[in-house]
Amino acid sequence: MTIASALEMALAAVVLGMAIWTVVARDSFAAVVGFVAYGLLLALVWVRLDAVDVALVEAAISGGLGGVLLLGAAARTAAAESRPPAEHPAVRAAAALLAAAVAAALAAAVLLLPDPAPTLAPAAAANAASTGLGNPVTNVLMAFRAMDTLLEKVVLLLALVGLWSLARDRFWGGHPGPRHRADPHGTLAFLARLLPPIGVVVGVYVLWAGANHPGGAFQGGTILAAMWLLALMAGLTDTPAISSRRLRLVLVAGPSVFLAVGLGGLCFGAAFLAYPAAYAKPLIVGIEIAMTLTIAATLGLLLVGAPERSAE
Amino acid sequence: MKFMLDIVTVTAISAGAFFFLAGTVGLLRFPDTLTRLHALTKADNLGLGLVVLGLLPHAGSLRGGFKLVCVWLLALLAGATVSQLIARSALASEGSGSFTVDGPQP
Amino acid sequence: MSAATIFGLCAAVIVGLGLYGLIVNPQPLRKIVAFNLLGSGVFLLFGVVARKGAAAGFGGDPVPQAMVITGVVVAFSATALAVGLLLRLFAAGGLATLEPDAPTRAGTEHADS
Repeated sequence: MTIASALEMALAAVVLGMAIWTVVARDSFAAVVGFVAYGLLLALVWVRLDAVDVALVEAAISGGLGGVLLLGAAARTAAAESRPPAEHPAVRAAAALLAAAVAAALAAAVLLLPDPAPTLAPAAAANAASTGLGNPVTNVLMAFRAMDTLLEKVVLLLALVGLWSLARDRFWGGHPGPRHRADPHGTLAFLARLLPPIGVVVGVYVLWAGANHPGGAFQGGTILAAMWLLALMAGLTDTPAISSRRLRLVLVAGPSVFLAVGLGGLCFGAAFLAYPAAYAKPLIVGIEIAMTLTIAATLGLLLVGAPERSAE
Repeated sequence: MKFMLDIVTVTAISAGAFFFLAGTVGLLRFPDTLTRLHALTKADNLGLGLVVLGLLPHAGSLRGGFKLVCVWLLALLAGATVSQLIARSALASEGSGSFTVDGPQP
Repeated sequence: MSAATIFGLCAAVIVGLGLYGLIVNPQPLRKIVAFNLLGSGVFLLFGVVARKGAAAGFGGDPVPQAMVITGVVVAFSATALAVGLLLRLFAAGGLATLEPDAPTRAGTEHADS
């Protein structure tokens, strides 16, 4: 039993403890706080599994933005925290049995995984020269499985449209979320003036470094979205009206550029989304820049919710 | 030389871990929000600062060390701001009591 | 016990916990949180499979890792939509519960869609 194994077991135990807390806590707000802590600890687990890109995404999106989303929802529905009756004991016992069976089956599957495991790593390494990027995960996301990433952008847009469709008829086309007003000389406004310049630099750096080091468009876009949300919450800026043409252009920029490059690959190259070898890196970087803007705007808008004020 | 650097690293990180422990004990044992926030800032500022100090010899390059220090400064900034906001919200919701220079008055 | 095995077993337990929480918790927000827990456990299993596929100088198979990144973003957008629905339910009825016969606020905006 090495020290590393002992530390990993301790980490796994703490993560499990947080997960149990999230399920059994009495108060919704406490459960959500537990979930946020769980997400951040899970990022450490991802680092131990040698997946630093995923750790960044987990901490930023699941822990950070997901935490803000759920905390906001818990706070807004706290008034309705009626104590609904807990499920019938028979249902709880049956659910516990089902959960235990599923967990046991998955644990058996983990212990029976083949060793050496089948893997696509050699194929990814062999084809890395075609794009010239050093980060294998970025290679997979932007070149080998680019179709998945393109469709994922569309899924993000669909979720946003679905969220907007929940607005009341008279607010359609208006501003999402309430207008926040913080003391312009207070602490929050101070932070919202000081942190976003630093955050924007860090976000752009994470995007740029994603070519050869852990990072990429998703992580960078999330940091940019977080800075925008900070400025929003301090009342320094207001959400744009969803009928604004500029906003809609930014939202479709990512998928459009991606689709255009894909169709270009169809016309001038071998197949849809095939990059010509000489231009692969500039094309990928261009797509990533457009994607980062779209991701930042979409994630931010997903968080502020459906329009609640009409556009004046 | 390398041995000295390792000694510095182990000492600093152990001291940082002690401050994190102290902060956690304070969080669990102190009676109300303001005192708990006070305990947590010890973990944030001193604990993280000592851990970063201990990691600096192993940073590899000047740029890596600079990034570590920036991480500490950002954590300080965020921690200080959030502590202020939580403290004000706790004060506002404490309601009947009032806080003066001499301490909380009933 | 390698890291992959430890965290794989941990992931299996997390999936079980998430499933239990999803079925048993009556409040919709708690169900959403438990659903996210379930999803993160599944992603962790992907990560374990990726770690086991370490080869060719990489620490892990990059294809499952890329799929998990995609999955986390999609799961977040699904959560955002679910929370939007929950808040709309709360705004329309005054109660955040899925009980079919729960009393709604008198005079809620029925005509106002």
